[in-house]
Order: sequence, then C-alpha cells, then structure tokens
Amino acid sequence: MGSLPFVLPFAELEVGQHLYWQIGNFRIHGQVFMTSWLLIGALLALVVIGTKKMERDPKGVQNLLEFLWDYIRDLARTQIGEKVYRDWMPFIGTLFLFIFVSNWGGALVPWKLIELPSGELGAPTADINTTVALALLVSLSYFYAGLSNKGLRYFEYYVHPTPIMLPFKIVEDFTKPLSLSFRLFGNILADELVVAVLVFLVPLVLPVPVMFLGLFTSAIQALIFATLAAYYIGEAVEEHH
Amino acid sequence: MPSLFLFGASEGGLFDFDATLPLMAVQVVLLTFILNALFFKPVGRVVEEREDYVNTSRAEAKKKIAEVERLETELKEQLKEARLAAQKVILEAEQDSENLYKEALALATSEANASRENARLEIDSQKNEALKQLKSDADNLGDLIVERLLAKK
Repeated sequence: MGSLPFVLPFAELEVGQHLYWQIGNFRIHGQVFMTSWLLIGALLALVVIGTKKMERDPKGVQNLLEFLWDYIRDLARTQIGEKVYRDWMPFIGTLFLFIFVSNWGGALVPWKLIELPSGELGAPTADINTTVALALLVSLSYFYAGLSNKGLRYFEYYVHPTPIMLPFKIVEDFTKPLSLSFRLFGNILADELVVAVLVFLVPLVLPVPVMFLGLFTSAIQALIFATLAAYYIGEAVEEHH
Repeated sequence: MPSLFLFGASEGGLFDFDATLPLMAVQVVLLTFILNALFFKPVGRVVEEREDYVNTSRAEAKKKIAEVERLETELKEQLKEARLAAQKVILEAEQDSENLYKEALALATSEANASRENARLEIDSQKNEALKQLKSDADNLGDLIVERLLAKK
C-alpha cells in the first residue's frame, strides 16, 4: 500500500497490512499476537503481583483487583442471574479484561516507536480475527450454557412466546456474533483511524481530546461486549414458564 | 492511496481472515483458565471470606446490642423499683417521726395541763386559807374593837 504524500514519522496510515507469520500451511497475523502477548503478560503480571500476598485488609494492588472482581461479579450476576453466574464469571471477566487491556493498550502504548517490516502494532481488537474469535466464543458459550442447564428444553426458547418467533430467533443466532464482533472491531479501528488521520493533518494538540474520547470509547466497548455476552448467556439459561 | 480497504484482496486487507482467528480463540480460552486460577478463584475466596467475616461480626454485634438493651431495660426496671421502695421508706419514716412528734406533744401538753391544774388547786387552797385567815383576823379585830368601845364606856 502506498504511503500518503507527506510522510510524518508517527503519522503514517497503514490499514489492512499485516505482518505474516507462516506456521505450517497456516498464516497468522504476527502483530496481533505480539501486542496481545505483551498486554496479556502485563495483565497477568498485575494479577500475580496483586494476589501474591492477600490479606483481609486489602492493600495496594489487591484493592484494584478486588474492585475489578466485584465489578465483574456484579456484571455477571445482574445479567446471568443468581443461580449460574458463578460458572460464567471467569469467562465474562476474561472477556472484559482482555478487551479492556487490548483497547487501552492499543490507545496508550506508543507502538509506532517499534518498526515492523510490514504492518504496524496496535490494539489486538482492531483486527477482525480477534473480534470474530471472541464473538464466536460467546456464541459457543451461550449454546453450551443453555444446553448444559436445560438440556434439549433449551430449544423451547426458539418458540418461546409463539412459534412465529422461530425464524427471528434463528436469525438472531447469526446476528449476535456478527454485531458483537463488528461493533468492537469497528469502534476500535475507527478510533485508531481518526487519531491517525488527525495526527497526520494537525500533529499538535487537536488529536488529544479525540484520544481521550478514544479511551472512553475503548472502556465502553469492553463493558458492552462483556455485558452483552453475559446477557446472551443469561437469556440461554433463563427458565421460561 | 491506491486502496485503503482491500476488501477480498488475496494479500492483506481489513477483512483478512486466517489462522489468527482460531489461534486467538484458543488463546482467550487458555487465558480464561489461567485467570480463573490466578485471579477469580483466589480473589473471590478472599472477598467472600471477608464478606462472611463482616456478616458474622455484624450478627454478633447485633446480638450484643440486643443483650445490652435487654440488660438496660432490666436495670431501669430495677432502678424504678428501688426508687419506689426508697420513696416508701421515706414516707414511712416521715409518718413515724410525725407520730412520735404528736405523741410527744400530747404527752407534754397533758403534763403541762396537769401541773397547771395542780398549781391552780394549790393557789385556790392557799387563797381559801388566806381568806379564812383574813376572815378570822377580821372577826378578831371586830371583837377587839367592840371590846375596847365597850370598855371605854
């Protein structure tokens, strides 16, 4: 892809270019995994530091972790319900934390300082593969949750108020992962693009408020994804009468 | 920019699906298990232990407060009874002292009356005696006068 006319060192727009790693017959996007490993490493380091010496009177990082735990528990409990939220809390929490660190890591870490032979480092969630992977995991989870909790009675959900709903509910099973993945992908990519374009046009001051807006959007998107995932699981395990 | 969004291009593009997708899914599932072991379980244990501790402490405190309130009412009852008893004792003592006073007063009054009566009787007898004396004296004197007058003649 050709670069733009006035090439500034940190304001180059590269969209749709990837750093390919060849593994056997498969190719993967190296830049996505590099950033995701770094961010997962940072997340795990925080978790390990915070849980190393836990006390009844929390101190330091333990406070932060307990706040996050409480936040995720409330989210899971309100969406999934008192009965089974414990089984799904780690999954919902992992989705939230992974998407959150990915979004903020993509927005806050100056990845541009690291030169890659092709493509550029950025938020892992700005790659469609990541968001579709997450959305498909959510689909599998709610099917599994419904089937494991209610057995074949899960399919009553499809004809729940009336059998007229059947086609809509089947379409929903496809639109749920589609909307989940595209919402996250679109928001994060659009944020990166807006900032990149603004930096390219006006390198000073002006991009800063947009960057803050981007941080806000990133946090909201993580929350939305986790909340919707929990809601779908809750919908699947809900008992109809 | 020849093509910013390489839709369906063989090389690259925004919607370039490849083995990244399943690998990322596996990675997130692994991360779920790791975070469950490192984060959700230990932190959940600590938080729930603390919630239990707070709940039991609160229940104990409530029990203690109830006990204290019970004791307080009991003591207040006792205090009230003691006050009533004390008032009764005071009333009795006052009545006793009043009775004693009245008795003493009555005794003293009757004694005084008796001694006054005695004195009056004594005075009366003395007066009678004196009157008698006076009368006899007057009689003697009259006799004497009469004798003298008769003697002169």
